[in-house]
Amino acid sequence: MAKVTMIEAINRAHAWEMSHDPSVVVLGQDVGLNGGVFRATAGLQEQFGKDRVQDTPLAEGMIAGMAIGMATQGLRPVAEIQFMGFIYPALDQIGNHMARMRNRTRGRLTCPVVIRMPHGGGIHAPEHHSECLESLLAHHAGLRVVCPSSPARAYGLLLAAIRDPDPVIFLEPSRLYRLVKQEINDDGQALPLNVCYRLREGNDVTVVTWGAMVTDTLRAAERLEGEGVSCEVLDLATLSPIDHDTIIESVVKTGRLVIVHEAPRNCGIGAEIAATVAERALYDLHAPIKRVTGYDTIIPLSRLEHDYIPNTARITDAVRETLAE
Amino acid sequence: MKTVAEFEIKYCQFLDVEGNLAAGAPPLATDTGELLKMYRYMTLVRTFDAKAINLQRTGKLGTYASCLGHEAAHVGVAAAMQPDDVLVPVYREFGAQIWRGVKMSSILLYWGGDERGSNFTAAREDFAWCVPIASQMLHGAGVAMAFKIKGEKRCSVTYIGDGGTSEGAFYEGINVAGARSLPAVFVIVNNGWAISVPIENQTATKTLAQKAVAAGIPGVQVDGNDPIAVRHTVSEALARARSGGGPTLIEALTYRLSDHTTADDASRYRDPGEVKEAWTREPLSRLRAYLKKLRVWDDAREEALKSECAREVEAAVDEYLSAPKPSTDEMFDHLFAHPPQSLLQQRELARRYAGSDDTAAGSHRAVGSPGDNSPAGH
Repeated sequence: MAKVTMIEAINRAHAWEMSHDPSVVVLGQDVGLNGGVFRATAGLQEQFGKDRVQDTPLAEGMIAGMAIGMATQGLRPVAEIQFMGFIYPALDQIGNHMARMRNRTRGRLTCPVVIRMPHGGGIHAPEHHSECLESLLAHHAGLRVVCPSSPARAYGLLLAAIRDPDPVIFLEPSRLYRLVKQEINDDGQALPLNVCYRLREGNDVTVVTWGAMVTDTLRAAERLEGEGVSCEVLDLATLSPIDHDTIIESVVKTGRLVIVHEAPRNCGIGAEIAATVAERALYDLHAPIKRVTGYDTIIPLSRLEHDYIPNTARITDAVRETLAE
Repeated sequence: MKTVAEFEIKYCQFLDVEGNLAAGAPPLATDTGELLKMYRYMTLVRTFDAKAINLQRTGKLGTYASCLGHEAAHVGVAAAMQPDDVLVPVYREFGAQIWRGVKMSSILLYWGGDERGSNFTAAREDFAWCVPIASQMLHGAGVAMAFKIKGEKRCSVTYIGDGGTSEGAFYEGINVAGARSLPAVFVIVNNGWAISVPIENQTATKTLAQKAVAAGIPGVQVDGNDPIAVRHTVSEALARARSGGGPTLIEALTYRLSDHTTADDASRYRDPGEVKEAWTREPLSRLRAYLKKLRVWDDAREEALKSECAREVEAAVDEYLSAPKPSTDEMFDHLFAHPPQSLLQQRELARRYAGSDDTAAGSHRAVGSPGDNSPAGH
């Protein structure tokens, strides 16, 4: 048992899997000598050598494209994109090739690739360093999109992502990287993908969220408990494919649903969840579904970013409004 | 000011348009067994190509990208490769693929609208066709990186067209291959035209081979209609790559004698005189002339080969046309190794409605009046 931050947990998951599976290789900008700009890959090049931990030239499309070529030769590349705002040049490779390779060759060539990247704002970073673009990726058939919310889930879900035979986009909430320490067993135990995690049991309202918003949502749930409101909090964890069954089961129990995400509202993953609940459990709802999301604006630079990111006040108000219906 | 770096681009040709062999040709030039094999494949793919266009014109094949005129640039490259090297094609390198064992029926299946065509029965580590231009450059580099990491003496060979060299991924590919000294060969098939854009509108550089200079790797230009020069140049590049000498960029100069695809009409933008002139440089006639000079070829053998190729192509067409339509499950069953439940539910839905579209292929009708799609007020 060790008490670690999320970034340390991610680092340990890499190290565990590289020690146990020689086909796992790491590539990206500054991941080797520098250990990644957030230190996610610190020490790995020292331990596993320059072939298995590669500092690449600076081109995101190249990193994703190389990972595809390497994966078709039996390697398991884990590639880092330095910030999610830089994913755009890699989308051609991810969408046109990585997500489609198994299907278009009928399984002859496959892409067991993980593309990791920091996700979201709140760290006073420069422009293009704070994006939440999960919807862009979740819209692609053939990809899994995962977003952990704690050190333990980052460790277990990253191991699962690396072991998955298909491509996984792994979004790491950058403001959680060093926010808390948590006990983890560094024992190579993966957590299941494709399921959401019930972080708090409750009877009055279901709150679905993921990534960094889990922290604010749990804080809101605590405050609301003081008002006698019992929130059930679900961490979506795998954003695509969504574990709708667990959400529906919870909504059937509570009759109310609030969805919280940092990404913009328009065509956000919250819309997909809301639509599915409306299709499958409309008559179990006692109140309209509410969404608490980033605004449909560009995420502002640091002086206003905390006015953009949904906070505990917005979440508690949304829950109260739902209960007042 | 002083000169800090200088570069030159070599051009390689052994067979001229009349089939005369230049001095200094490699041993391949007298290896009649190999030359006859190459000629046979070049004839086979030309026969195949004509048949594929015919199938498209008669409604039995989808849009097809002809390889007419590229036979030496395709067969010559594949002939230089080892079987366990990996070919990363664009979408018209059929001569190279057929040489490597990809079935003609697979090619037809893909262009006939069936993904199963990309599930090759041979050359199973080769990449399938790549439609997003230049993106395959990184796959070739990645495959070569894997060979390097695994310590295997194998190489990747990646094709790209002249238009593709304007894409960022082209440069990213040659740059990383150079930076990491990867066992990779990149072959630009410069056929003069990227659909309707001629090469002089594509770039200001005198050659495409010189783009290698920017990546710090060797760049060489070759007569892409000379199969001996193509195979020799690629062989040298592969030998260098295999022995740790890093990548090479090869520009093969040829000409797209066909339309871009069967959906294109090149007469809209291309001078017919230019095409007529290009026919005087095409690869089959010059290799045939050379083989005749070597006295290993004559008209009787030519006729026999043509009949044999026609029979082989017909057999492939029969196999293609007899492939049953895939079930709708095919859409769902190969997306993930472990498909999520939601996908299996959609698979059920597709099964229920399979074949139920009574407006499907062959019965498309305009719905409503022609003005329906006009913006308001027009």
